[in-house]
Amino acid sequence: MQQRQKISLFLAAVTLLAACGSEDKPPRVPTPSAIGDTPYTSTYKAMPTQVTLIRNATVLTGEGARIDGGSVLMADGKILAVGAQVEAPADALVIEAGGKWVTPGIIDNHSHLGVYASPGVVATSDGNEISGANTAEVWAEHAVWPQDQGFNTARAGGVTVLQVLPGSANLFGGRGVTLKNVPSRTMEGMKFPGAPQGLKMACGENPKRVYGEKGGPYSRMGNVAGYRKAWVKAAAYKQKWDDYEDGKGDTPPERDLQLDTLMGVLNGEILVHNHCYRADEMVVMLDVAKEFGYKIASFHHAVEAYKIADVLAESGTCAAMWADWWGFKMEAFDGIRENIALVDKAGACAIVHSDSEVGIQRLNQEAAKAMGAANRVGMGITPEHAWTWLSLNPARSLGIAELTGSLVPGKNADLVLWNGNPFSVYSKAEKVYVDGALVYDLNDPAYQAESDFVLGSLDLEGDTQ
Amino acid sequence: MKRFMQWMSFSCLVLCANLSVAQTIAVTGGKLLTQGGAGVIENGTVLMRDGRIVAVGQHVQVPADALIIDATGKIVTPGLFDAYSEFGVTEVSGVDATVDAGQSGERFSASFDVSYAINPRSTLIGVNRIEGITRAAVVPGASWAMPGSIFSGQAAVIDLAGPGKWLTRSAAAMFVHLGESGSGLSGGSRVNAMLVLRDGLEEARDYAGHSHNWEQGAHREFTLKRKDLDALQPVLRGETLLLVAVERASDITQALQLKKDFGLKLAIVGGAEAWVVAADLAAANVPVILDPQRNLPSGFDSLGSTLENAARLQKAGVLIAISDGGTYNARNITQYAGLAVANGLPYEAALRAITLNPARIYGVNTDLGSLEVGKAADLVVWSGDPLELTSFADQVIIRGKNIPMVSRATRLRDRYMNLDEPMPLGYKK
Repeated sequence: MQQRQKISLFLAAVTLLAACGSEDKPPRVPTPSAIGDTPYTSTYKAMPTQVTLIRNATVLTGEGARIDGGSVLMADGKILAVGAQVEAPADALVIEAGGKWVTPGIIDNHSHLGVYASPGVVATSDGNEISGANTAEVWAEHAVWPQDQGFNTARAGGVTVLQVLPGSANLFGGRGVTLKNVPSRTMEGMKFPGAPQGLKMACGENPKRVYGEKGGPYSRMGNVAGYRKAWVKAAAYKQKWDDYEDGKGDTPPERDLQLDTLMGVLNGEILVHNHCYRADEMVVMLDVAKEFGYKIASFHHAVEAYKIADVLAESGTCAAMWADWWGFKMEAFDGIRENIALVDKAGACAIVHSDSEVGIQRLNQEAAKAMGAANRVGMGITPEHAWTWLSLNPARSLGIAELTGSLVPGKNADLVLWNGNPFSVYSKAEKVYVDGALVYDLNDPAYQAESDFVLGSLDLEGDTQ
Repeated sequence: MKRFMQWMSFSCLVLCANLSVAQTIAVTGGKLLTQGGAGVIENGTVLMRDGRIVAVGQHVQVPADALIIDATGKIVTPGLFDAYSEFGVTEVSGVDATVDAGQSGERFSASFDVSYAINPRSTLIGVNRIEGITRAAVVPGASWAMPGSIFSGQAAVIDLAGPGKWLTRSAAAMFVHLGESGSGLSGGSRVNAMLVLRDGLEEARDYAGHSHNWEQGAHREFTLKRKDLDALQPVLRGETLLLVAVERASDITQALQLKKDFGLKLAIVGGAEAWVVAADLAAANVPVILDPQRNLPSGFDSLGSTLENAARLQKAGVLIAISDGGTYNARNITQYAGLAVANGLPYEAALRAITLNPARIYGVNTDLGSLEVGKAADLVVWSGDPLELTSFADQVIIRGKNIPMVSRATRLRDRYMNLDEPMPLGYKK
């Protein structure tokens, strides 16, 4: 929204200048910004849809409500109605879903599908541009390989939207991209129209480990100095563009791809996604954000978020977490199974994320484990509440909550029909819908996409006994 | 020292019962999934004394002095056995000084006996045992910490009760890498890996017959060190399992040929494409330790990965165990077993894959893996279906020891449960 306002203000300014300016002035150029960076625009088109009513299911709305024996009606890619009694239009396909569950599609705000694709060989490893501690100029979307079979297996796990991020080797790893999880020949064909880009930042051990041997940063002190130096430059760059936009001078500032990204953050167009494990470090990062006037949309991994859940609640910054990963490095040593629930209990925005081509296939199970651990110590978390960790909260962190993430009339019909309680290890996604279109069907091979790489790569059928 | 370790492992099988806590415990009223001949016993009792199971059934007399654990409405299983772990030899994998699971040196290979380094007080042991893991195979180099040779070293079976007689069996397996990882460790081709292994076994056989001549200097030099040659003897005799990390179907076939040529006791770990050669594995009586989560072609060795690997192998008659080798979250083997069930593996087979089958694979099933009289008193009382995501271990007993249900992680949780305390949380212990 901020973006749209900015563009319209800019257009107004251009019109004004054009009206009173002299003809020999050079043409005005727009401020480089996130969405304005054409031609990398989305070419996504929804797959064919049909008016569909799913009836008599256990419906989790994704906003904390549960409707037993509920129905969901979708048409033209949107959710039309959700409730206990929904009439089917004459042309509707009716799915009787007794014993089954319906939820919003799962949204993973931390994936490396396509940039660390399967097969995981050096040739497909495109997720970390380790040529410098600050590579804010690189974009994950320029490396996303849509033939990563991981997109298909994630879809079979009910994932309808995901953010593909650069890795965490760098202080500024580059821009992330939000994708609709549909099979496509191109990245552009998956790109979520209107979704803001992300900026991946990373705290702690990774940058100092990777760059400690490459001239720095060597320490967490160096990490923070690195962020601040970059933001100082970005603020100056933004000032130049703001001045130019205000009509001060006829020559646009010289483009700097790295600073374009950081300016996008300062202009509120690009959302910061900050890899950070330790509680104390997250608070320092919130301070850095305050110093330079930007907001951190979400901390990622946030293994110690439970230690500062109150601070997170106050800041409005989400925490995207694993259910139980812990221990593999110092900054992960204090991981506990109740992390997600404790962040949630404090009133902060809790998210279950994967950071894994395996984990992304079962994020519902990750939420189930987190819920189970919490309820074991009496925290009383219901499945309908826990689902907010899987769709609405990640949608908030990605700036797309007005479009998707819950079963509300008018939102995109991104949803999953589960063949049982999705918090059971035995349940599977039976049908997955993106914008009202069936994109996966457990029982129909015609709706089980395979990547080019997998297709015919091993003639196992002829091989089996 | 090696003899001592062998003695320890042998003696432990015989004597551990007498060395553990002298206490009588009765777990009463639970649904017993025994994994033994008795099958499922409703409303059953397990009576344990001096670290051993002394009675299992519906009509068990409970002595007056027994500690009674009421399991009414709950499920009781044997303790879970993680078939592929680095318990006690990896603390923080990102901190090299805390990792003893593998080595990059060339001095030792087959003789690398992981049990010398095991720390029974490891945080990972504390975290996982309260979730039902009671025994584990500690396999050197089970994680990404790659060894210096295709011979990763000797695995041990331990219990997770902590200090004391934690060593169940040392030299329970010789761990070797073939296929893609073996290639990387031996000169860039899987041919090298196979030749290094075959050459090592041949040398060991030669050494066994001519060690006296060799000591006199009357025999050619061996490539392997003496300790390594010693370590390979029980492997050649078929007493110690040769555990081979391999994924591709054709490499599994080669491993089966190796078994045949040398008369080895073989098991596969990884086995992404094992289902392709399931009939051959079954015919050769070769078990597979696998991770049921795998379904992506993570490399060219695993193009045939499928969620149905476990089910297809079991159906073909292959003995399977379930583990992902992750150790930190060994507790999630219940979830992985459940996932295998969701993809066609019968429930009881899934439960056996994390209890009795690992014990069979490592040759400790006379002592472990089921709720049967005479076996070690390892059991778990579950709040519900142990494979379900929201179930949890209510009580864990290892070698007859009632495990306190706390860990470093639960203490951190309790410290931070309420952030609004008058004093800084550092005072809260």
